[in-house]
Amino acid sequence: MTTPLLEVEDLGVAFTRKGEPDSVAVDGVSFDVQPGEVVGLVGESGCGKSVTSLAIMRLLPERGVRVSGSARMEGTDLLTLSDSAMREKRGRDLSMVFQDPLSSLNPVIEIGLQVTEVLKRHRGMKSDAARREAAELLERVGIPDPRRRLDSYPHQMSGGMRQRVMIAIALACRPRLLIADEPTTALDVTIQAQILELLKELVADSGTALVMITHDLGVVAGLCDRVNVLYGGRIVERAERHRLFAKPRHPYTYGLLGSIPRLDAPPGEDLNAIRGSVNDNLPWASACAFAPRCPRALEKCTEITPAPELVGGRFLRCHNPVPAEA
Amino acid sequence: MTENLLEVDDLAVHFPITRGVVLNKTVGHVYAVDGVSLTIRRGETYGLVGESGCGKSTLGRAILRLTDLTRGAVRFDGQDVAGLKGEELRRARRRFQMVFQDPMSSLDPRQSVESLLIEGMKAHGLSKGPEADHARLRELVDAVGLPAGALRRYPHEFSGGQRQRIGIARALCVEPDLIVADEPVSALDVSVQAQVLNLLSRLQRELGLTYLVIAHDLAVVRHVSDRVGVMYLGGIVEEAPATDLYADPQHPYTRALLSAVPVPDPELEDRRERILLTGDLPSPAAPPAGCRFHTRCPWRQPERCDTERPELRQLDGAVEGHRVACHYAEAIREGRLARHTVEPQSFEVDGPSSAPPEHAASVNEILGM
Repeated sequence: MTTPLLEVEDLGVAFTRKGEPDSVAVDGVSFDVQPGEVVGLVGESGCGKSVTSLAIMRLLPERGVRVSGSARMEGTDLLTLSDSAMREKRGRDLSMVFQDPLSSLNPVIEIGLQVTEVLKRHRGMKSDAARREAAELLERVGIPDPRRRLDSYPHQMSGGMRQRVMIAIALACRPRLLIADEPTTALDVTIQAQILELLKELVADSGTALVMITHDLGVVAGLCDRVNVLYGGRIVERAERHRLFAKPRHPYTYGLLGSIPRLDAPPGEDLNAIRGSVNDNLPWASACAFAPRCPRALEKCTEITPAPELVGGRFLRCHNPVPAEA
Repeated sequence: MTENLLEVDDLAVHFPITRGVVLNKTVGHVYAVDGVSLTIRRGETYGLVGESGCGKSTLGRAILRLTDLTRGAVRFDGQDVAGLKGEELRRARRRFQMVFQDPMSSLDPRQSVESLLIEGMKAHGLSKGPEADHARLRELVDAVGLPAGALRRYPHEFSGGQRQRIGIARALCVEPDLIVADEPVSALDVSVQAQVLNLLSRLQRELGLTYLVIAHDLAVVRHVSDRVGVMYLGGIVEEAPATDLYADPQHPYTRALLSAVPVPDPELEDRRERILLTGDLPSPAAPPAGCRFHTRCPWRQPERCDTERPELRQLDGAVEGHRVACHYAEAIREGRLARHTVEPQSFEVDGPSSAPPEHAASVNEILGM
């Protein structure tokens, strides 16, 4: 294996508030990303997938948040970097695409300025050159008539177009790592398909590694090389995508796949729902956080934290996994 | 008793776009729903699917008379609902209820669950004294899978999935025949979504309910429905039995929609053919002439598609009840027409004073509501 581009080790994020117990959002997450690889972080709301990405990007507020562990990108720990050094890296070496493009673009500044800003800041380009480059970038992400579009404001574009602009900005400096946090959740399916195709293409062309954060297992299935499944702030299963979808071993992954209505399944049958719902502050300290909802829970699941294991190239955190031959 | 519980005939809802502060001038219309006909049989689930802005929610609201109709007829169990007013309408509403998307904003935060549920029963004269009512309420919360203690609690004390159960219980408390569920699970996590979908189908089996399920997620709609209608820009472009829609999609839009839905199966994802639509949904305030889909259709043919709006029709050899609104459906089905690439249309950018936003996500956005 080559040296990983990003190595996240034992990352923990807790939100602290005076007089209240800490709220633990991410609880010892470790994963790595190889250069050019597409890695998925999947989970339901509250599983800590977005907080993980914000912590890596250093976008969490300093007050009231406690971050532990490390996130090394090419040897430098991003979490201990000075603010100014991090500002240099952000947008140049690693960048991010958010879920809602309307609230992440500045509504009162035209698109052109928002794209050229990055080019001038990180690549030291002059206005004219930056504008030409910006038009090329917009063209690359599939925006019709890019030269004229530079003068548009975000509200004059559709959701899909705005997301394309966000991607253009994120890829402007050819970063080696792109983190996409639910980039298609706010979009319609046909537009989602366009954006996913675009991301796939751009990532393959430029050799950028992609961390895809989503709740949609369908999106992951077609896009990611390796998939991390999160529950309650910890990774419960990780495997190469074919292996993961063919044989989910963790009861949570198994249940999640069973609860999705599938287009190619016979309709009318009941779905295998997971009982209960996610709570905050799940108790990993001396139990498995999924145990209360788990159909395969044993007595020890509520007493001992399951230790992470590597079984046949698959990372698993479970006392009683779904049998491999089932 | 007729076999059809609901008959909708050529229904249209056009919202006026007005400008001006004192003198409101109508400067145009949003053609949210434009000529939809459908029938729903007793005990069946009809699914309406479409992307944002296609008019599916407006159609659902118009059927329940929560929005005024511009034209068309709605017959519920033989009775014309479109013409009802005041007290008559209020009484008729007992038989058709709605489940909303966002369970938090559709439940009064200051009413306990008991009070939420009993309000409807009292309003429709179904109250039979405190004793009997209470027994009925306990039965209801039990039916939707909530503990009996839930009755004394308030909406904020519940999780999203549980709130949606309360919303369903509220719809059920007046013993309706038809339930219109507008995006009933799209605000929920996948694992909870499955619970609510299972609940809906169990209630249907037990109570013989008829559903109109409106959703953007084709997989969800196909899972719960007996028949599915695909909407695009205010009209139904294809209607088919749920299994048949996947097996034999006939409208170009349905094909594109089906190929765009991500499936949690890497093998399938790798080998299936994608039909990527270019460009965005045109604004329902200025729908394209002819076939509404012609601006994005990879099978568009000159002349006819641009000028003549296709009607829903049954193709030779298609399953009974499978209808499609496309001039060239046969040719596409038999593979006689080849797909071509569509250049995304460059849309005009006007000043900020221009009429409606060109690519509004919903009717509300266009109307500035």
